[in-house]
Amino acid sequence: MVREVSESCIDSLLTEMVACYCNRFYANKPELAARRIEAIGYQVGHQLSERYTMDRPRFTDHLEAIKFICKDFWSELFKKQIDNLKTNHRGTFVLQDNKFRWLARMSIDPSTENVSPVEDITSPTAESKAAQAMSMHLYFPCGIIRGALSNLGIPCAVSADISNLPACVYLSLSHNLEKTF
Amino acid sequence: MPPVAPRSGDAIFANVERVNAELFTLTYGAIVRQLLTDLEEAEEVNKQLDQMGYNIGIRLIDEFLAKSNVSRCNDFRETTDVIAKVGFKMFLGVTASVTNWDADGTCCSIVLEDNPLVDFVELPDNCQGLYYCNILSGVIRGALDMVSMKTEVTWLRDVLRGDDVFELQVKLLKHVPEEYPYKDDE
Repeated sequence: MVREVSESCIDSLLTEMVACYCNRFYANKPELAARRIEAIGYQVGHQLSERYTMDRPRFTDHLEAIKFICKDFWSELFKKQIDNLKTNHRGTFVLQDNKFRWLARMSIDPSTENVSPVEDITSPTAESKAAQAMSMHLYFPCGIIRGALSNLGIPCAVSADISNLPACVYLSLSHNLEKTF
Repeated sequence: MPPVAPRSGDAIFANVERVNAELFTLTYGAIVRQLLTDLEEAEEVNKQLDQMGYNIGIRLIDEFLAKSNVSRCNDFRETTDVIAKVGFKMFLGVTASVTNWDADGTCCSIVLEDNPLVDFVELPDNCQGLYYCNILSGVIRGALDMVSMKTEVTWLRDVLRGDDVFELQVKLLKHVPEEYPYKDDE
């Protein structure tokens, strides 16, 4: 039996980590906050990929490692597989999750500074603040994926895009094809 | 409708969404490492972990009350007993015990023999002042704050410092009475 904790524990911890770096340490420096959050994710991904590949034979190519991320790794973290994997066959992959677990409970909060409800919904300020808060939360899973793949021999850059808020997340990763195992 | 009996920690844990504890353990470890890099001083990290825990505790208490069917606890003894028996099991999957009560019933110890936060963890020699699990003391203090009990929570024993168990001392500083316009229907 694998040891488990309540999902609230990890949800609370992630929410508070992001709040800590974005609102307390680097309140006016979102790039520095993002870098720290991504670094934490990188460390976690690096370690988790060792745990989850202990009993597996070595991956024979990059695509196999990335499929491992989409299926087994994603299932361990989010209880479902990636919904869609696309590639341009030149080192860029797009991983699409149609209901990303860590954003599923987020919504745009229209009650920021403005008083008028109608104005709130269309206000670029409210929209951009909500989007920024969500994007801060995505630096952590991006770091996880980058850390996991680095540990599997694939140095890469990972970025996230939010479409159809909050249901759909695209992770895009690029690596140098020259690299071999 | 007859009153619903309080649910045991095991029953709640069996019904909540759970995740592999390793994700939680490794995430917490990475956060502590990053805080040590950013803040440099162990004492500053302790404060930050406590603050993070407090912010988590003030929110977890809502989920705890919603799912546990615990009704009003009549005193501090009953409250800490519920935290140890139900709260720790519900969230962390481990059992804690309460011991070492003082004569007044305002100070006790919560003892953890098993703690998922410290799987895989070793502290290097340059982290002597760090209370690695200080987030737990903040969580407890925050949760109790929200049910009107001001407390001071300190570590008495820490496995990472060579002790055999984790022991938190919880001291009730002040029990704030509920204020108007709320009414006590008891």
